[in-house]
Amino acid sequence: MTHSLLVRPIAKKEWTFTAIIAFFFIVVMPLLNSFGFISDFTINLWGKYLCYAMLAISVDLLWGYTGLLSLGQALFFSLGGYMMGMYLMRMIGDMGQYHKDMPDFLVFLGWEQLPTFWKPFSSFPFAMVMVLVVPGLVAYVFGWLAFRSRVRGVYFSILTQALTYGASLMFFRNDMLMGGNNGFTDFRFILGFDIRSPETKRGLFIVTAMILTVTFVGLRCLTRSRFGLVQQAVRDSENRVLFSGYSSPNFKLFIFVLSSLIGSVGGALYVPQVGIINPSEMTTDNSLEAVVWTAVGGRGTLIGPIVGAVSVNALKSWATRAYPDLWLIILGGMFIIVVLFMPKGIVGIPGMVRDWLAKRKRQKEPMEDAAIKKTEEEAA
Amino acid sequence: MDHPLILNAEGVNKSFAGFKAITDLNFYLTEGELRTVIGPNGAGKTTFLDLITGRTKPDTGTITFGALTELVPLSEHEIVRLGVGRKFQTPTVYTDHTVFENLLLSLEGVRGVWKTLFSKTTSTDIDRIDEILKIINLGSRRTDLAGSLSHGQKQWLEIGMLLAQNSKLLLIDEPAAGMSDDETALTGELLLKLAGKHSIIVIEHDMVFVKQIATGRKVTVLHQGSVLCEGSVDAVQNDPRVIEVYLGRKKAA
Repeated sequence: MTHSLLVRPIAKKEWTFTAIIAFFFIVVMPLLNSFGFISDFTINLWGKYLCYAMLAISVDLLWGYTGLLSLGQALFFSLGGYMMGMYLMRMIGDMGQYHKDMPDFLVFLGWEQLPTFWKPFSSFPFAMVMVLVVPGLVAYVFGWLAFRSRVRGVYFSILTQALTYGASLMFFRNDMLMGGNNGFTDFRFILGFDIRSPETKRGLFIVTAMILTVTFVGLRCLTRSRFGLVQQAVRDSENRVLFSGYSSPNFKLFIFVLSSLIGSVGGALYVPQVGIINPSEMTTDNSLEAVVWTAVGGRGTLIGPIVGAVSVNALKSWATRAYPDLWLIILGGMFIIVVLFMPKGIVGIPGMVRDWLAKRKRQKEPMEDAAIKKTEEEAA
Repeated sequence: MDHPLILNAEGVNKSFAGFKAITDLNFYLTEGELRTVIGPNGAGKTTFLDLITGRTKPDTGTITFGALTELVPLSEHEIVRLGVGRKFQTPTVYTDHTVFENLLLSLEGVRGVWKTLFSKTTSTDIDRIDEILKIINLGSRRTDLAGSLSHGQKQWLEIGMLLAQNSKLLLIDEPAAGMSDDETALTGELLLKLAGKHSIIVIEHDMVFVKQIATGRKVTVLHQGSVLCEGSVDAVQNDPRVIEVYLGRKKAA
């Protein structure tokens, strides 16, 4: 027996498969892009999809693995985006419309000097630390209160929904000094690179793919460690977990904070690639959409949310152009179909086919046996 | 019998919105004892277990575990860590985990968030799990999902999980409910095997089963939240008060 941290070992085949997929995204796609086989538009689009995949993973870590349906993950995604956005706003420098070394909206609001809390965001490392600290802190405080009071099930979902709605209302206000309903946009530079150049976009795509890979591998190990087993036990039978001596609120809090960080990093990578962040990103519909991606891809797996986020958004990109009026109906219909007929989502399809074939075989065999018997009897 | 007490409940009261579930309950259990608690529906049996395990808190009274530890102010998982294990009425196991994993998660020791992140499964752990698997007769189901076990096997697994936890006091709520006769008999044997090494409180309705495990031992009858009488199975069964409590109810119904 191995003395491994993983209670459920990961097969070598799976590592190879992961490495191949990761290699394709991190190396092959950018190369094809630099030689012109993949358009800059496509690379940018896929960069966005991969950020959505981070958001979907953060939903699934809570919903699929711990049984906590959070409808507030868009908040953490947006908070990460806003922290990155603050840095990007500072990098505009005095190239804004008012040619002052501060964001245009602050000048517009009558600020002569940069508000103090904006100042450190000129530093990239500081902004990156804030990408983790701010959403982490929000998740910690909210989670601590919610889990300690044993808020469960649908009440937890409603509370997270209220949290993100409240936050979006707050960010809509101009005196929050975060750009009000326009948010942040017109970014120019990131780490000295022109944010609009194809090279920078390619770089951002590579970084996103790398971070997604690290997240995927890390969580793959986490969910198969003893911690992961406790986490899934909380989902299946929280009473037993408590009566085995685990403090389930602490486990839920840890997962809630961790998934807020994953969502937040996704958001921080998203903003430079789309060039805008505003409070409408925080609304509950966005959180709900991420839940649909997770369900469609296959919850309770790690590959599921990635597949779901990419495929639903690819469909969305196409459908919103081809049938703009029908998109919401398609999305809702997809969710219903998945809930009713495909509980394990897209990644569950091979398993469903296997089960179906096995069932058919079982049904056929007794008939064949009977047929053989009959012919034997007739022969006798 | 000069064994020390492992559980000492004195003057315990608990009411839910005016309904007195437990009234002036006094209950003493010596170490290594296997005690069967019977009583008609609504006698407060399950509430009593809830009070011991910290799921609900008594209005008044003290519950002491071992020599000195007062249980009332502690939370559920703290009480578990002291060595009080509870088996629920309906089998409560982790259905999506294997039998092995169910026991691994129950093993005494690693409980904190950080510790579970970096805990390795040692060969001592594995030996202990295999030992328990032998006791609960599930050796052949080691790698199967707990959800695929029969009702009776799930009950045994849950008892095994309490053993893995190294519980000193096992609280077992209606282990024979929903079991076949063979499974019931095996469960009885299992509990008899564990008595002595562990202190056990069994709550049960099935009198055949009670006779199997309680012969030569003390049985407690609960009625309306307090102890009606205690004694051997036969003595209790022939006690006019007990007969009245059970038969009187039947007449009313």
